[in-house]
Amino acid sequence: MGFLDAVMGRRQPAKPNLDALFAVPSAAITLQVSMDMQPTGRGSVAFRAPEGRAFADVEEQVRALLDADAGPPVEVAADGFGFTWLVVRTEPADLAAAVTDLHAVNTCLVEAGFGPQLLCSQVSFRDPNDRVLALVYLYKRGTFYPFAPTGVEQRDNILELQVRDLLLRELPVEQDLSRWFAVWSAPGL
Amino acid sequence: MARTRFGTDRGLVTRMTATLFGLGLLYVILAALLYALGFSAVFVIGLTGAMLLAQWWFSDSLALAAMRAVVVEPAQAPQLHAMVDRLCAMADMDKPRIGIADSDVPNAFATGRTPKRSVVVVTTGLLRRLDQEELEGVLAHELSHVAHRDVTVMTVASFTAILAGFMARSAMWGSVLRDRRDQTAVVFLVVMLVSFLVYFISFVLIRALSRYRELGADRGGALLTGRPSALARALQKITGEMGRIPTRDIRQMEPVSAFAFAPALTGGRGISLESILSTHPPLERRLEQLARISAEIGER
Repeated sequence: MGFLDAVMGRRQPAKPNLDALFAVPSAAITLQVSMDMQPTGRGSVAFRAPEGRAFADVEEQVRALLDADAGPPVEVAADGFGFTWLVVRTEPADLAAAVTDLHAVNTCLVEAGFGPQLLCSQVSFRDPNDRVLALVYLYKRGTFYPFAPTGVEQRDNILELQVRDLLLRELPVEQDLSRWFAVWSAPGL
Repeated sequence: MARTRFGTDRGLVTRMTATLFGLGLLYVILAALLYALGFSAVFVIGLTGAMLLAQWWFSDSLALAAMRAVVVEPAQAPQLHAMVDRLCAMADMDKPRIGIADSDVPNAFATGRTPKRSVVVVTTGLLRRLDQEELEGVLAHELSHVAHRDVTVMTVASFTAILAGFMARSAMWGSVLRDRRDQTAVVFLVVMLVSFLVYFISFVLIRALSRYRELGADRGGALLTGRPSALARALQKITGEMGRIPTRDIRQMEPVSAFAFAPALTGGRGISLESILSTHPPLERRLEQLARISAEIGER
């Protein structure tokens, strides 16, 4: 934010960065090889649905677009904070296809002028011991962070830091730990 | 090329520029007057600047102490923190600290010298009265104050007013003009009059600026959540109730009131003394703007 914006009391809404998502499939291979974390083939994108007709139209379009292919239908879920989550699933688990679907959602929203409403995206992984891991993508930062919930509002910080160190060279990982906010029971996790 | 629905309000920006220009002009006139009188201007300006700097530097601790608010950690207020986390992620800004003040008056304010050092405080009365969506609207409004660096802007803007107040007082004591005994009475009177005038004008301008910053924060907050009507509901709930609460306790805390979510007084339309001097725009004005934003967002 520039000096002039501060003086004028305004702020340009943060624009999302969409392309980094495509780096996820290669990072997933590293996770599989090093930690035995398998992608579940599920992913979700969270956004803030603004009021008004315009957004409802766009949301409708997005769902129609994603449901046009043969896969399982897209689920819509609302979380406790007023955000809408679109959950895409692929059977059998196909991370690349899930990422492509997520990207389609983003592109639709951005083109309709709702880019600033995007919050985050996540794709989930699971290991044979049933540990859950999500890679959360922060649109406005263009960075990823790991999120490993272990129970009722508890997260496995050690696993998260291991994943961070593992993926450091493959993904833009969020360096500011205070931005690793928890997405408890996020739909699609 | 993707378009955006979240633009800036040109009218508001223009009015803000005009106010800032007026304040700057006033400052120049005052400086010229000081120079013409030939007394130790450096000292007065330096002292005023230092006082303001201290006030700005310690704004977060001062306000927290004044409101008897405590900073809460994520474990103590998980819902509130999660809400702010999400808003900050959407706006791509550093997360400020969060405080809770134990007061039944529903209000919220933000203060602090930098976004990271800032603290957003809500009262328990606010938490009790608003539902989640409305609370989020209020938090987004306060986060906009933080992002717009309103504490810094208002501190700089109040420089002239404080300086003028200082001069008026020193002129009254007569200490500034000790060396010029021959024409003391006349100069003394002129300095005092001009100082009072400058003080009054800058006071009015600062209040105008404050009202524009409030509208700016309303706009920023509404665009961030995408729900202008939730913020409008929160405003109606708070100001409607607050009108009945004795205004005294809030007005005593001037620096806090400047960034509070809603002031204790609400003025009517038109140019009354109250509307010129209040720190916040009248409720109808704020609701009107929110309705306009809602229409902009919803346009197909």
